[in-house]
Amino acid sequence: MKPVMHYSEIEGRSTGYYGLLALLGAIIAIALAATYHMEHSGHWVTGMNNQVVWGIPHVFAVFLIVAASGALNVASISSVFGKTAYKPLARLSGLLAIALLVGGLAVLVLDLGRPDRLIVAMTYYNFKSIFAWNIFLYTGFMVIVGVYLWMMMERRMNQYSKQVGMVAFIWRLALTTGTGSIFGFLVARQAYDSALLAPMFIVMSFSFGLAIFLLVLMASYRWTERPLGDAMVQRLKNLLGVFVAGVLYFVIVYHLTNLYSTRLHGVERFFLLEGGIYTQLFWFGQILIGSLVPLFLLYHPRLGKSRTMIGLASVLVILGGLVQMYVILIGGQAYPLVLFPGKEVIEGGFFEGSVATYNPSLWEFLLGIGGLAFALLMVAIAVKVLRFLPNNLDDAHVDHHHGAEKAS
Amino acid sequence: MSEKQDNQLSRREFLSGSTAAAGLAVAPGVFLTLTAQAKPAGQPVSSENRWGMLIDSNKCANGCTSCVSACEQENGWGSANPTENKSSPEQKAQWIRKVTLRDKETGHVQSLPLMCQHCEHPPCVDVCPTGASFKRADGIVLVDKHICIGCRYCMMACPYKARSFIHEDLQDQLPHAPRGKGTVESCTLCVHRVDRDSDKAVPACAEACNSEGHRAMVFGDLKDPDSEISRELKNYGGEQIRADLGLNTGIRYRGI
Repeated sequence: MKPVMHYSEIEGRSTGYYGLLALLGAIIAIALAATYHMEHSGHWVTGMNNQVVWGIPHVFAVFLIVAASGALNVASISSVFGKTAYKPLARLSGLLAIALLVGGLAVLVLDLGRPDRLIVAMTYYNFKSIFAWNIFLYTGFMVIVGVYLWMMMERRMNQYSKQVGMVAFIWRLALTTGTGSIFGFLVARQAYDSALLAPMFIVMSFSFGLAIFLLVLMASYRWTERPLGDAMVQRLKNLLGVFVAGVLYFVIVYHLTNLYSTRLHGVERFFLLEGGIYTQLFWFGQILIGSLVPLFLLYHPRLGKSRTMIGLASVLVILGGLVQMYVILIGGQAYPLVLFPGKEVIEGGFFEGSVATYNPSLWEFLLGIGGLAFALLMVAIAVKVLRFLPNNLDDAHVDHHHGAEKAS
Repeated sequence: MSEKQDNQLSRREFLSGSTAAAGLAVAPGVFLTLTAQAKPAGQPVSSENRWGMLIDSNKCANGCTSCVSACEQENGWGSANPTENKSSPEQKAQWIRKVTLRDKETGHVQSLPLMCQHCEHPPCVDVCPTGASFKRADGIVLVDKHICIGCRYCMMACPYKARSFIHEDLQDQLPHAPRGKGTVESCTLCVHRVDRDSDKAVPACAEACNSEGHRAMVFGDLKDPDSEISRELKNYGGEQIRADLGLNTGIRYRGI
């Protein structure tokens, strides 16, 4: 007999639920106030300048956009790669993907010099620009994942969900390639200009997206008191470990290829040894806190079984991911452009040849965190109005579901 | 686009005969609109010209900043626009800057002005999502302030740090050099002068350098073999900053 996985809306009447909505709403309100301040005054109130033109908002925005495509992975694993154990989670996966993308894009748009001209960005296109491609990749992603969710949630459409899932999977790969290429194609800057950035961003998306997914899953099941068995959690945390190791691999290869070419020794020395805050963030934030500690926690025979530790590892992966974005984005801009090889600037100029300063302002942080809160608010409301969450994900249910579908 | 010039005709004769063709050649509508407004003679800009500048760093005097001051006055930025007073030095607009360099090996000291290099293949134009960053048919790279959304991707892409984002409200702008909070701007090669009278036009920086007697900046048409800049480049050569990027800059240097 084919087991049926039941989904239902969460009740959403508890004080805790309304408290969560109020908290996220307050964060969003503060973020909007910060945005108004930055846009009304002009960007002089931020830490951004004509050397470091993209700041903290971009760190959050790019992180959220990258994580969005990664959050879809759980759904892809079930429909594209036929791992039916993940199927019950596919709806939440699609929902989270759309929500994170919208949150990231909101931050990106609100940090424009002229956000009021969004309509211009929608009506004037330069098709040579990766940004312009991305506008289509992002909107297309939302439409495709929206259709994918419909195929999954409408019984009559279930038969098409695999095909649409395949399209969504290919699209998300293109999307993250596009996001990585925003930096990868910048030939002028020493830290970018690498074809490795596109695949590295894809693996980063796997890792960041799954970390957020795990936290949202564990939190929503705990708060709604629905059963969530270890079988599912262990499966996901092992996968997270593989992805974290994958990111680490790409980071190592990226730096090794740079070290191979002499012209990039300067920028490598900057990131790995002498870059001050960027070097510290790289080694302590990205590598230690964001990669090695989570790997230890996830694969430790005892700690790896604790939900608290898995949750902690996920939080560290997210923090490490934000730090990694900071190092790539801000560090890459702070490292001076090489205009006159073999010569030093002794006078004048516009901060030539020196590491650019960037002191992020509170406003920028508030806007960035607002984007994350917006994404989570969308998820919190969506699971109340539509049937995204399975009623029961205990071990028996998950294994039974998995085994039976495999046999069918 | 026809790149050949008929040597039997003067440039002006050729242009008047081929206005329609040239008009078609500048395909994107935005080019046509802008240039039609800017050029009183009703001539569209033509790819028969390529405006450029040759800067001789051996003639550029150490400590002299007349080109920078002249640009400020001409285009209303920096000291010529006191309303940009909230931005930090790192945030302030910088259309042209003087740089003094020392060779690490030989100790040779030289100075030169640095501004938008008006590339033939400008990375800023490639990356601009809306097409606000554009190159005219005559090689001048500009920002259309009406469709710039302030994303700053062009600033990320520019190898020369030539562009500035406006971080605050500005007053007292000059009619020929509109500037606005939240948009990006850079050296226009004094396009308003070029459009007024391309035969005699000299950008404010080069004019100031000449009147100081240094004559380190030669402006002209790189496609006209008889222009001073073309003859100088042919006889004595010139280099591009970051020539390795293959951008074919319109600003050339000597002695770097």
